[in-house]
Amino acid sequence: MREQVIHPWPLRLMHWVNAFAIIMMIGSGWQIYDASPLFGFTFPSAITVGGWLAGAIAWHLACMWLLVLNGLAYAAWSLASGHYRKLLPIRPREVWHDFTAALTLKLRHERGVYNAVQRLLYVVVLLAGLVAVVSGLAIWKPVQLWYLCDLCGGYFAARYVHFTAMSVISLFIAVHLILVALVPRTLPPMLTGGRLP
Amino acid sequence: MTKRRDLLMRAMALGLATPLAGCDLEDPDHPDLADKFLHMMSAWNDRVQAALFDPHTLAPTFRPDQITQPPRFNAFYDISQVLVIDPATYKLELGGQIADKTPWTLTQLNALPQQGQITRLVCVEGWRVIGQWAGVPLAYFLRRVGADLTCRYVAFRCADGYYSSIDMASALHPQTILALQFLGQPLTPAFGAPVRLRIPTKLGFKNPKQIMQLAVTNIYPGGYWEDQGYNWFSGS
Repeated sequence: MREQVIHPWPLRLMHWVNAFAIIMMIGSGWQIYDASPLFGFTFPSAITVGGWLAGAIAWHLACMWLLVLNGLAYAAWSLASGHYRKLLPIRPREVWHDFTAALTLKLRHERGVYNAVQRLLYVVVLLAGLVAVVSGLAIWKPVQLWYLCDLCGGYFAARYVHFTAMSVISLFIAVHLILVALVPRTLPPMLTGGRLP
Repeated sequence: MTKRRDLLMRAMALGLATPLAGCDLEDPDHPDLADKFLHMMSAWNDRVQAALFDPHTLAPTFRPDQITQPPRFNAFYDISQVLVIDPATYKLELGGQIADKTPWTLTQLNALPQQGQITRLVCVEGWRVIGQWAGVPLAYFLRRVGADLTCRYVAFRCADGYYSSIDMASALHPQTILALQFLGQPLTPAFGAPVRLRIPTKLGFKNPKQIMQLAVTNIYPGGYWEDQGYNWFSGS
């Protein structure tokens, strides 16, 4: 019988493509935000991408294709391979149980299995990605894609929706990286595939 | 464990630093590899936007009480440096693939059919204002002067050195006008007097002010901001 990998190669490939795309989207997005801030702060230029507004927009509108095509590939692969079933179900009781267990450092990491908190976070960040794309298209094309703009509550609101989606994704990345740092043995399988025991 | 974390941090820093190192379109004369990639993607986005463009989709219109007050001045220079052009001697020059290139005085332009609109101007920076403009529909004007409507571009040159260009399909859109009025009054110099383009299906910088020359052409004319790296089509 064939050994089972923890992360099959399409998932690993899409994960790292997504990591690159999302870093570029957030970095250039921060630079674009700085041209007309929604709140009383700007992002330091050292952590933005593109150097100035034109460069940032160029990166943003180039990498959006990578993000969207990769996202569509993930959705197709996930449905075809049945991977999406690993993200379900999400039951509040289980989420609460695993969450408190994690906080008290009692939650065991089982290779190849998503715990309830992981499932919730992955589904939330996927939805945030969807909201980011829809609101981003609404901001890019408020006339031609007016229905997406309406869906976001108009052009003005769409910028806030877009910012909120970015914030959720950024928070996810922070938690994601902290967890990888705390349980570093989860990193190699995302590079090599790993083997299930 | 520390080593691995270091590696991770270094990989992340590398991922962030690589695009930061000069790939920013800042030197149009010396594009590096990343700049070439960005120009290629921008050209692709021009084509996608042209395909998305529906000549029958109208930009949203607004009520008079939604008009932004006071109006917001915007240019690549300060409001104190705005040129004042004598409306009495002004003439709009025509060039390129146009049958009748006789220049137009302001009086003649004012005698043409006028159309008003209360629309939203979205700046590439992200802010937006709502304003009221009125003027000659560009489609009407182009037909009137015998422009070759099969050409790809309509180009504009302005008194202040600004220039820009739009695709023919957007030029013929029913809401694209050669604006002569703003907020119910003749244009003021700061807001584009004597003639400006008002095109609510494109971003603000595609709405050149103080237009002196209009040309119809198949040769890509570029634009002041476009040549510095901003996306050419920049449709809304």
